[in-house]
Amino acid sequence: MTSRSFEQLAMPHFERLYNFACWLTHDRQEAEDLVQETYAKALKGFSSFQPGTNFRAWIYKILRNAFLTSRTGLKAAATVPLEPEDEEQVVPAVMETPESILLQRSDWQLVQKAVEQLPVAYREVLLLCEVEEMSYQEISATLGIPMGTVMSRLSRARKTLRDGFATAAAASKGVN
Amino acid sequence: MACESWKEKLDTYLDGELPEKEIHDFDAHVRGCPSCAADALRRVQMKRAIQTAGKHFTPSDDFRRRVQQSIASKPQRSFSSGWVFAAAFGLILVVGLFTSSYVRMHSGREQIYSEIADLHVATLASSSPVDVLSTDRHTVKPWFQGKIPFSFNLPELQTSEFSLLGGRVTYLDQTPGAHLIYDVRKHHISVFVFQSQSVNFSASLGDSSLSPKKLPFTMETWAQGGLRYFVVGDAGAADIAKLANMFKAAAAS
Repeated sequence: MTSRSFEQLAMPHFERLYNFACWLTHDRQEAEDLVQETYAKALKGFSSFQPGTNFRAWIYKILRNAFLTSRTGLKAAATVPLEPEDEEQVVPAVMETPESILLQRSDWQLVQKAVEQLPVAYREVLLLCEVEEMSYQEISATLGIPMGTVMSRLSRARKTLRDGFATAAAASKGVN
Repeated sequence: MACESWKEKLDTYLDGELPEKEIHDFDAHVRGCPSCAADALRRVQMKRAIQTAGKHFTPSDDFRRRVQQSIASKPQRSFSSGWVFAAAFGLILVVGLFTSSYVRMHSGREQIYSEIADLHVATLASSSPVDVLSTDRHTVKPWFQGKIPFSFNLPELQTSEFSLLGGRVTYLDQTPGAHLIYDVRKHHISVFVFQSQSVNFSASLGDSSLSPKKLPFTMETWAQGGLRYFVVGDAGAADIAKLANMFKAAAAS
């Protein structure tokens, strides 16, 4: 496999990797460093990539590992809430309207802020599912966690967002 | 099935992850149940909102150019005579048959050595090279618990000229390991510990002391108790060997 074939496989993911890196680091300069490091490592280790397997999961995994060893990554990982994950029961949504109203108003800044505030373990799984549109299996391979953990983290992330939207909608109603 | 049971699966359904045989039943239920239909709509709205908000950051053209240049393939030489190319290709093929195995193993080894040297240099160049800052092995060793999937012994240093500066989690081949930094007469030495099975070409590395090509370091590596150790630094070969032997003794105890 040549550096040309690496370039052909890797560059289509460039913008998405950068976007994901920004969400992980909350800092554009750090995100650039992270993406640059990811491409350098991926090129160096390209001989170990098995053709026919999932290149996207492979390169995202490299980016995530590079993030985890960075100062920001270690700090973020240390703040992951230590709650049981696989055993969690999925909480059914309660029929509420304020958050729907909020979402219908397309308050993207509020959504961005809510996603930013999620612990990194929930944020990454949510973004890989919703923005990168990865399957549970692909997320499991990328993050190196079981499928059950992917599902429980997704459920927790969504519930946290729903609760946050409901609170924000209630506050907004109070102000108005 | 009660509504609550359907709702538990609603996100899985909307993520397209529900088994095919359940999708038909689910569709039928959602069509006939206003509560689940409203809930599904609300969750779809949230998915769309996250999708839109999530695609927020765009790299600059300059950054794209820099990355592209850093990975760009070198221009290929063109051959004016076809037979020269064919002859050269044939020769390479014959030689390759005999040497490919050796080259693959050799380049794999070189890649690991250079990766280890990179980790050593990059860490020392960092403004904060260690995440657990302590000279006490009884502080450093427990710090790694839960951060890496194995445990290891650290040597007793009291009677030696080495001092422990601290440690950090590191990655090789996308697998986690321990990185410890020692000091001896103002030289820094890195000790890396990984699971043997996680390091590609681990078997071919063997037990060796060497000065990798183009690297101003001495490196010693060996496998012991299912773990692969690397000791690397710009200190003299005697110091590297001494620290390596202390780790071997600690691992054997």
